[in-house]
Amino acid sequence: MKKILKYVIIDILRNKIVLAYTIFLLVLSLSIFNLEDSSAKGILSLLNIVLIIVPMVSILFSAIYIYNSAEFLELLVSQPLKRKTIWLSMFGGLSVSLITAFLIGVGIPVLLYEASPTGIILIVSGVLLTTIFVAIALLAAVSIRDKARGIGTVILLWLYFSLLFDGIVLFILFQFADYPIEKAMIGITALNPIGLSRILVLLKMDVSAMMGYTGAVFRDFFGTTAGMIISLLTLLLWIVLPGWMSVKKFNKKDL
Amino acid sequence: MKIVLFILSCISLQSYATVIKAGRQQQNKSVSAAIALAHPGDTVLVDAGVYYEKNLIINKSIVLKGINRPVLDAEKKYENISVKADNVIIEGFVLQHTAVSSVTDYAAIKIYDSRNVSVINNIINDAFFGVYSQYGINCLIKNNTLTAYAKTEQSSGNGIHCWKSDSMQIIGNTITGHRDGIYFEFVTNSVIWRNQSFNNLRYGLHFMFSNDDAYINNIFQNNGAGVAVMFSKGVKMFNNFFKENWGDAAYGILLKEINDSYIEGNHFEKNTSAIYAEGANRIYVKRNVFKNNGWAFKIQASCSDVILEYNNFLGNTFDVGTNGSLVLNRFNNNYWDKYEGYDLNRDKIGDVPYRPVSMYSMIVERNPPAVILFHSLIVSLMDKSEKVIPSLTPENLKDEHPMMKPLLL
Repeated sequence: MKKILKYVIIDILRNKIVLAYTIFLLVLSLSIFNLEDSSAKGILSLLNIVLIIVPMVSILFSAIYIYNSAEFLELLVSQPLKRKTIWLSMFGGLSVSLITAFLIGVGIPVLLYEASPTGIILIVSGVLLTTIFVAIALLAAVSIRDKARGIGTVILLWLYFSLLFDGIVLFILFQFADYPIEKAMIGITALNPIGLSRILVLLKMDVSAMMGYTGAVFRDFFGTTAGMIISLLTLLLWIVLPGWMSVKKFNKKDL
Repeated sequence: MKIVLFILSCISLQSYATVIKAGRQQQNKSVSAAIALAHPGDTVLVDAGVYYEKNLIINKSIVLKGINRPVLDAEKKYENISVKADNVIIEGFVLQHTAVSSVTDYAAIKIYDSRNVSVINNIINDAFFGVYSQYGINCLIKNNTLTAYAKTEQSSGNGIHCWKSDSMQIIGNTITGHRDGIYFEFVTNSVIWRNQSFNNLRYGLHFMFSNDDAYINNIFQNNGAGVAVMFSKGVKMFNNFFKENWGDAAYGILLKEINDSYIEGNHFEKNTSAIYAEGANRIYVKRNVFKNNGWAFKIQASCSDVILEYNNFLGNTFDVGTNGSLVLNRFNNNYWDKYEGYDLNRDKIGDVPYRPVSMYSMIVERNPPAVILFHSLIVSLMDKSEKVIPSLTPENLKDEHPMMKPLLL
């Protein structure tokens, strides 16, 4: 497993896209921190990048990489190796390289300029989001054979998680405005990893606004240690579930 | 000859004012015995120790002074000191364990219908009401420390409570754990200066029907509902700190039916709503700093002629919230950190107006749970499109001359 992981990582580094992604994030974060008046405001701008760009790059790059490595995968499968090992190595290689890129590009500037609890939460959710979207990309790539359809699906998935889902939530909020739906909202947020990480950062960043009554309901859940652990576990579930499903599918797949 | 006589009479008066001591080693073992012996103008000095005086009544103009902080304990049954004479000074005591009642407002020091009473340097511990003035005129309440352990609003009293009083000076007190830190009702021409009021159950400062008062350089922090200023006019609020008043109904300042008042040089930090104005008219809000609040300024459509000038708005989740489209107030020359305009002629004033009410703050106003979607992509998109074509936000609520750089405040 170690050997395949190494090959995958070297291969990813060789095609330079991840390198470009790292530099892009680094330049962006540094310029944001230098342009904004306060580093707290910088964190806010970075939040948008973490919530939009990071999932997009992770899901697109991983899906394309898997499709392009179809022959490499066939070669590996012909060797006396467990399919599970091969697939997990792909998953590991992609996650490790993208997480490294994120940690260098966003993690270091954040630690330099704003090493507050908000900053730490931002880094943690960025790392988790990267892994989650790699896992989702893997599941999509293994389920759909056709490359164009696969990448299209992946783009739609990204659009769904970052835009459509919140639109639906807003719609529900207005349709059920007369009902006490605060508690139900907590459950609904678990269905979107991007929303969940956003709320975790929000509770640290906009704590004053979140202290209002409904805010307090959210805060009583997410703000406590138990709520924090539950949300982090939910995010981990978002990694494990698609990952495990993709392994199952890959095991049975006719290459 | 007349002058000589006057000087002589002064000297003779002074020589008649005697000092009476009370204490374990003194002739007068109790404070009440010493007071009984005193004549107007005398000084009663009380040695250190614990005294169980039941309800100590001061009905002549004397100075009551504690040496090394003697303790007057009311055993949870009585009022510690009742002042029923003018020109009384009470200084240097520890007053504790005042009775709690739902019928009578017992206080550690209660001033009945008197003038020129001074309450200085006392420590008031576990009182029901701390210092209570009814019909007090020109009284000084200075450098006292009041600590209570209130559990519910019903079973607790206010720290400094003034009712139908005039020309009061409340200076340098520290009040914590009471129902309201400082309570003013029908109090006029008074000043509240350099006090600290924190962790009180309800309001740090509660202000009703009290005209022409000033509160200056106070700190109000972490009170259940912040500060409420209601049904008053001519109130001056200068250079105060309002911090961490958190909760759905907690405000840095709640302005309700306030007229002709000034709010200047204050700092508002980390409040759920820094200022909430309802039915406020002719208020001048100038040179304040609003930092990291949920809502910096919630102004209801029932306000008119509120003028906001030269304020700094920094890092607030929402700058201004409102509930209607009618705008009778003016916003001018403020610095808004969310302003995205430009300044072509370099006069440090933005060339395009700033609209401090974001569409999303209107949505949250109508549908509070929507706050959970804050900072998401769809909300940013909605805010951006609203800025181009305002539909939901009031068209006239704008700062025509926003500053490009924060003001030095």
